[in-house]
Amino acid sequence: MPDSVMTLDMLPVGKNARIVAVDWASLVEEEALRLRALGVDVGSKLSVSHRGVFGGADPLALRVGRMTVALRRAHARAMQVKLLENGLESGQ
Amino acid sequence: MSRWHKAALVGNPNAGKSALFNALTGARQKIANYPGVTVERRGGRMILPNGAPIELTDLPGSYGLQATSPDEEVTRKVILGELAGEPAPDVLVIVLDASNLEQHLVFAQEVIALGKPTVVALNMIDLAERDGLVLDPKALSNALGVPVIPTVAVRRRGLTELGEAIAQAEGHAGDAPHPRARLDLAERRMEAHAIADGVIISESAKHRLHSRMDDFLLHPWLGPVFLLGLLFVVFQAVFAWAAPLQDGLEGFVGLISDAVKGAMAPGLLRDFLTDGVMAGVGAVVVFLPQIIILFFFILVLEATGYMARAAFLMDRMMAGVGLSGRSFIPLLSSFACAVPGIMATRSITDPKDRLTTILIAPLMTCSARLPVYAVIIAAFIPNRPVGMVGLQGLVLFGLYVFGIVGAMVVALILRRSVTKGAASGFIMEMPKYQLPRLRDLGLGLFQRGWIFLRRAGTIILQVNIVLWLLLNFPQAQKGQDQVDASFAGHIANGLAVALKPIGFNRDIALALIPSMMAREVAVSSLATTYAVAAGDDDTTAHQLSAQLQKHWSLPTALAFLAWFVFAPQCISTIAVTRRETNGWKWPGFMLAYLFALAYVFAGITYWSAVALGF
Repeated sequence: MPDSVMTLDMLPVGKNARIVAVDWASLVEEEALRLRALGVDVGSKLSVSHRGVFGGADPLALRVGRMTVALRRAHARAMQVKLLENGLESGQ
Repeated sequence: MSRWHKAALVGNPNAGKSALFNALTGARQKIANYPGVTVERRGGRMILPNGAPIELTDLPGSYGLQATSPDEEVTRKVILGELAGEPAPDVLVIVLDASNLEQHLVFAQEVIALGKPTVVALNMIDLAERDGLVLDPKALSNALGVPVIPTVAVRRRGLTELGEAIAQAEGHAGDAPHPRARLDLAERRMEAHAIADGVIISESAKHRLHSRMDDFLLHPWLGPVFLLGLLFVVFQAVFAWAAPLQDGLEGFVGLISDAVKGAMAPGLLRDFLTDGVMAGVGAVVVFLPQIIILFFFILVLEATGYMARAAFLMDRMMAGVGLSGRSFIPLLSSFACAVPGIMATRSITDPKDRLTTILIAPLMTCSARLPVYAVIIAAFIPNRPVGMVGLQGLVLFGLYVFGIVGAMVVALILRRSVTKGAASGFIMEMPKYQLPRLRDLGLGLFQRGWIFLRRAGTIILQVNIVLWLLLNFPQAQKGQDQVDASFAGHIANGLAVALKPIGFNRDIALALIPSMMAREVAVSSLATTYAVAAGDDDTTAHQLSAQLQKHWSLPTALAFLAWFVFAPQCISTIAVTRRETNGWKWPGFMLAYLFALAYVFAGITYWSAVALGF
C-alpha cells in the first residue's frame, strides 16, 4: 500500500508509524548519530505527539518507545515512515 | 594504599545520576573542571559500608561512547582512562532509568562490554512503579552479568546495598574481565529490547499524566503563552519577594557600621572600615536574596523537566535568528550568571551555533546587573502602579526585554557575518516530569549563594579597598573636595571627557573603572565614593539612593541603565569566554562590540531623554 508510506514530517499527530528508511547522508553526521542514539532509526515504532508553535510546523515532538524526542522538520523529511493500523503493520 | 580508589557514575542524560551522586556523597562535593577542558567535573567522597572512603565522580550524561559533544568526549575519555591527569575509575556505576530500560540499556551494554568492574543502579524504581511497571532486578542482573541494585536516590533507598556492591566490585578490580561480545548499535538496541522484555514482569496503564501535561505545556498556542507568563512571574518575584529580606540585610549592615562608629575613635581606620569595607561590600551582599530567588526558579525549572519544554517552544523563534532551542537553556541560565550560561553551551553540538550563543550570553540580564538596576530604579523611577503591576517592576522587565531583543538582533547579524555557517538543527530528549527534590535544590542554592558571597568577600572587597585608598590619597587641602584631590579623581576626570557626550558625570566614570571586575562593583563604588565625598556630617551619606538623586539627572540615570544592558563589565565572563573559545580573539571581539553598543545606546537614551524634557 504505497499511500501508507510517507516522510515523517507528513505523519498526522497521534498516528502510529514505523520508520522504513532514512536518508542518513542528508543529515549532519553528529545529528545522525544523536538521532540513532535516541532510538530514531530504521525499524523504530513512533508517533508524532506535538508539532509546532503558533501555527508553525516546526519543531516536532516524537514519541519513540518510552521517550519523547524533539527534532526539526528538516530531520523528519529525511525519514520514510509506514503508517500502522491500530499499532499493527497494514496487511498483517 | 597510595591513593583512594575511584568510582564513576555513568549513564544516559536524565537517568537521575546527579540526584544519586548527591545522595551518595552528601555535602562532601567538589565542583571543578577537568584538566585542559571546560567540562565541569563533579567529584565527592563517599564512605562505603565497610568504612573505606572512595572518590566518586559524576560523569556527564552520555548516549554512547561515540561522542557527539565535548561532554560525551570527556565521559568516553575518563571511562577509557585516556584523559591526562584523571586516572581511570576502578569501578563503574551504570545508572539506569528503571522506567526507560529499552533506551538506557543500549549504552549500558557498551560500557559493560569494556570488561571493567561494573555495578548497575536501577534508579528511580519508584517512578517506574508509579508508571505501572513491575521489574525483576535479578533477571536484569542475570542478563547483564553484573550486580543490579534497585535505588531511589531521593528516598535514599538502596544506597547501602549499592555501597556494598561497589566495595565488592572493587575487590575484583584486578581480575581478568569477562569476555563479552561487542555488538554494534543496532544489535545492542535489539538486545536492549529483549532484555527489557525479560525484566518487565507486568505493565499497566502508563504515562497518562506526562502526556496530559505535555498536551498543555507544548500546546502550539497555550504553551508559549504559559512560558511568557512564567518568565514574567519569575522576574516580578525576584523583585517583590526579595525586598523584605534585602531591607533586613541592609538594616543589619547599618547596625554593624553604627556599632563600629560608636566603638572606634574618628580617623582614617574607622573611615576605612565603614566607608571602604562596609559601604562597599554591604551594598553588594544585600542582593543575595534576589540571586538566590532567581537561581531557585532556574533550578526548579531544570529539575522538573520543564526547561527542555521551554527549549522546544523557543526553537522556532531561535531558528529565526539562526540558532536552535538548545541555545535557550544557556541563555536562560545567563539571566542568573553568564559564566555558568557560557559553560552550558557545551551541550550545543554545532560549533558556530555555540560561538554565537557564547557571544550573546552577556546580553542576558545577569544577577550582577540587578544591584545596579535596582539601585537606579529605586532612586529615579516612582513606585506607582501601572495596571496590575508597579512601574518599577515594569521598567526592570523592560530592561530584560531590551537585552533579549538586543541579543536576538546581534545573533541574526553574527550568523550572517562572523559566524556564518549551515543552519543548525535541534534534537533533544524531553525528560519525564518530576517533582524537584528539596535536598538537591537546597544544595544547588547553597553552592550558588556561596560562590556569590565568596566573590563579594574576595574580588569585590579587594577592589573596594584599592578604590578607597585611591579616593583618600592624597588627602585634600582645606576647602578642596576630597574626590577631586584624589588619585582616583584624576583618573576619572580624564575618562569623564570621553563619557561626557553620553551624559555620564565624573562619579560614574569613577565607578566604571573598578566595575570592570564585576558589574555589581559599580554600586559599591558609587556607595564608597559618595560616602567619602559626603564626609561624616552628612546624615544621608550612607543612603545611596538619596545621594544619587542629589548628583544625577534623570537622563543620566536612564543612560546609565542603557549602558549596563550592553557593557561587558565582568572579568569572569571574559575569562570563561577565553577558556571556552581557546584564545583572545573572541573575548576581544565580545568586549569591542558590547562596549560600542553600550556607548551608542547610552548616548541615544541620554539625548532622547533630554529632548523629551525629562
